Amino acid sequence: MKAIGLIIVVLAGALLLYSTQDFPFWGDPASPAGTHTATYYLTKAFEETSVPNVVTAVLADYRGFDTMFETGVIFCAGLGCFVLLRLSRSRDEDSYYRHVATGITLHIKSAKIPDVSSEFERIDTLWTPYDLIVKTVCRLLAPFVQLFGLYVIAHGHHSPGGGFQGGVILGASVILIAISHNMRTAIGRISEKTIHILMAVGVLLYSGIGALCILLGGNFLDYASLSRILFTNEIEARSLGILGVEVGVGITVMAVMITIYNNLSSDGRLDEGL
Amino acid sequence: MSDLVVTLLGKYNYWLCVILMMIGLYAMIAKNNLIKKLVGMNIFQTSIILFYVSIGCKKGATISILEHGAGHHGVDPTHYINPLPHVLMLTAIVVSVSTFGVALALAIKVYRKHKTLEEDEILMQLRSE
Amino acid sequence: MTNHYPALIVVLPLLFAFVVSGVAWVKKSLCFPLTIVGMGLSAGLSVCLLGRVATTGLVEYRMGGWETPWGIGYHVDYLNALVVTVVTVLAFINLIATRKNVVEETPEKAGAFYSLYLLFIVGLTGIVLTGDLFNLYVLLEVASLTSYALIGMGNGRAPMSALNYLFVGTVGGCFYLLGVGYLYIMTGSLNMVDVATLLPQMYHSSAVVMAFIFCLVGVGIKMAFFPLHMWLPNAYGFAPTAVGSLIAPLMTKVMVYVLIRLILTVFSVDFAFVILKMGDPMVWLSSLAIVAGAVFALAQKNLKRMFCYIIVSEIGYMMGGAWLGNNTGMTGAILHIFNDAIMTLCLFLCAGSIYYRVRGLELDRLKGLFSKMPVTMACLVAGALSIIGVPPTCGFFSKWYLISGGLEAGQYGFVAALLFSSLVNVVLFFRVIEISYYGDFEDHHGHGSSGEAVMEAPASMLVPLLIVSIGLIVVGLYTGGIVNHLINPLLLKQGFLG
Repeated sequence: MKAIGLIIVVLAGALLLYSTQDFPFWGDPASPAGTHTATYYLTKAFEETSVPNVVTAVLADYRGFDTMFETGVIFCAGLGCFVLLRLSRSRDEDSYYRHVATGITLHIKSAKIPDVSSEFERIDTLWTPYDLIVKTVCRLLAPFVQLFGLYVIAHGHHSPGGGFQGGVILGASVILIAISHNMRTAIGRISEKTIHILMAVGVLLYSGIGALCILLGGNFLDYASLSRILFTNEIEARSLGILGVEVGVGITVMAVMITIYNNLSSDGRLDEGL
Repeated sequence: MSDLVVTLLGKYNYWLCVILMMIGLYAMIAKNNLIKKLVGMNIFQTSIILFYVSIGCKKGATISILEHGAGHHGVDPTHYINPLPHVLMLTAIVVSVSTFGVALALAIKVYRKHKTLEEDEILMQLRSE
Repeated sequence: MTNHYPALIVVLPLLFAFVVSGVAWVKKSLCFPLTIVGMGLSAGLSVCLLGRVATTGLVEYRMGGWETPWGIGYHVDYLNALVVTVVTVLAFINLIATRKNVVEETPEKAGAFYSLYLLFIVGLTGIVLTGDLFNLYVLLEVASLTSYALIGMGNGRAPMSALNYLFVGTVGGCFYLLGVGYLYIMTGSLNMVDVATLLPQMYHSSAVVMAFIFCLVGVGIKMAFFPLHMWLPNAYGFAPTAVGSLIAPLMTKVMVYVLIRLILTVFSVDFAFVILKMGDPMVWLSSLAIVAGAVFALAQKNLKRMFCYIIVSEIGYMMGGAWLGNNTGMTGAILHIFNDAIMTLCLFLCAGSIYYRVRGLELDRLKGLFSKMPVTMACLVAGALSIIGVPPTCGFFSKWYLISGGLEAGQYGFVAALLFSSLVNVVLFFRVIEISYYGDFEDHHGHGSSGEAVMEAPASMLVPLLIVSIGLIVVGLYTGGIVNHLINPLLLKQGFLG
């Protein structure tokens, strides 16, 4: 297998390298890729969408249809991880509880505690007392991380950023809580049902804005037609439409990141992980 | 000879991408461990992302965020890099992350059943079934 | 509203997919009806679109209202409209027919399952309708990612097969992306029509040749073309029933469509046949695919795996027809995309309803099934006749075009391979029919059949199955109409007069 692999790889590599001879040199400003469509985007994007970040304008408007499916791909990944891993019934496994006041640990075999009062907390199998500093710092940090995530989403028009990046940062703040405390705490803050509904709501916001454009008489995802309900001119409407879809993307990406983390790290049981 | 050197050095971005690509492809074909294969797959995808991003480069140009809007006398396209490869690669990055997530989920499911991630051991188990 | 048909065909299932996955957490019983509505709307609209295209010849749509090289545009001609109709209508029939399998095999995750189902259809319809090379890649990944997840939902060996499919499929997708990257470097554009107008000046550049080869290899991997087919039998064979009968008829056919689209629209016939002279080697490879698929199918002891290898050999039919380089062969290939999708669906639906009652698809488990499940087995015979190519079923007509195309082009090896595979198919299906007709029925208690007597499949499975098998004959009878009104005008317009 290794020899065959090596032969295939060397052959493919040689073919690839051979074919680079007709390519333009690196960084050549006159290359076809740098001039044909790129010139149009760079010269027209600002006056047509009033978004100075051309990448955002192309991403969410000129090629917004691609980006909608890109969000769809993310959604598929979240749904795929859920479908493949999530175990619907909890296996009969041992669970551990800790009496908060005394610190005594109870080991309960294949039975449920009728109701866990506030005096007991469920703990992970490999439980070690959490470090107070780590726990506190992460808890304090989480809101600021989220604030930064919102900033990245909202400021995508003017600086590098946008829905995907901001969504990942938002998701990371929840994952930070899950790592520094435990998974049950994180799920207590944002439940599985909420995550799944958010996942659908985000992409629905994106494709819904597109469908709204059809209802308002434009083509699919033609944000200019939103000007009739936003009471602005068409260029401003495009800018606002881009913001709307970026928010949708952000919500979905956040929810999917949390779903993937939860399912992968807990092997689909969503009780304890990492 | 000097032509060859110019060709080689003038396009070294493509060469590096191709080498990375082949490392990834080799790992996918030759490695026995499923997670190592996955890492190979990721290297392969990432090299294609680098390949695209390097297309967008222009000498002496800056990132494609227009300063002070368009200004009074329009935009000079040679001052800004090509935004399109960046847009395309955002999509490709997302695709590769999603594929990786689903692949890890499948790998966990395989591990649940076979209790191993070595391909030859899994094949042996399947044969003895 | 009628202008928006092309967008709505893709977008409606997408919207419904998101709604279904959200609703699943609130009210589970609504999932299936919502999926039916979404799928039905999409199927209805694509039939309307086909009607429009048949009269006007071309329907264009601009996403976001942007002109095409800058934005993404749909450029729907006869070929797109025909294939998208097949995809949506067959997916709709399969959705109804496999309801009971889904309830049985994935009871708790039905919402997520249907959401993925719809997203898979979004991917396929998007691939077929789009006029943008990169958009095609994104949708290809939507379709692939959902199929990995759907196949991985099965039990037993399914996750391992899905993981293998994922490795191979990702390499295929990446090769296609690389090919598109080469085209982008050389032309600076991603729109198919725009690329096609820019390419002729650089047909002899090695980069364009490599772009074509990489696209070809990528698409070839995804369609399981012969040396690259290893992933297919396991992935389709171990998938849950509803998934197998969804993916098997549609995915590979759509990839053949992509190849034909690349040859006809992007790279042009001149480039593929005259400049590269790829015709002969590809036809030989296709003949090899046909023979290999047939031989492997002979060795199988499981009905579904046998069907999987028949698919491998059918891919050879279509690829060979497309690469014959004459009008008749291309007509046969396009017609066969259409026919083979219906035949494969018929066979997989039969396998699904047999599995639902018998709990196994090994050939010796089929003994005496004719007396127990007469209607299902009759449909299986109809599908078999079509695969073999007996008139008046549709399989006969496309095979006729393929064989006469092969004779026209002087590719006698291809013709011989076609005849050989027809012969093998006769043997294969005769064996199945013999076992199920003459064998004595053996009740396999304790294999999960829970003691109940094996009887005819429920009506919700039989009615769609009957529709599909009658469709086999109806489509066969209307072949002339399809060729005259849809395929000939297309080939004329593309300057394909061989």
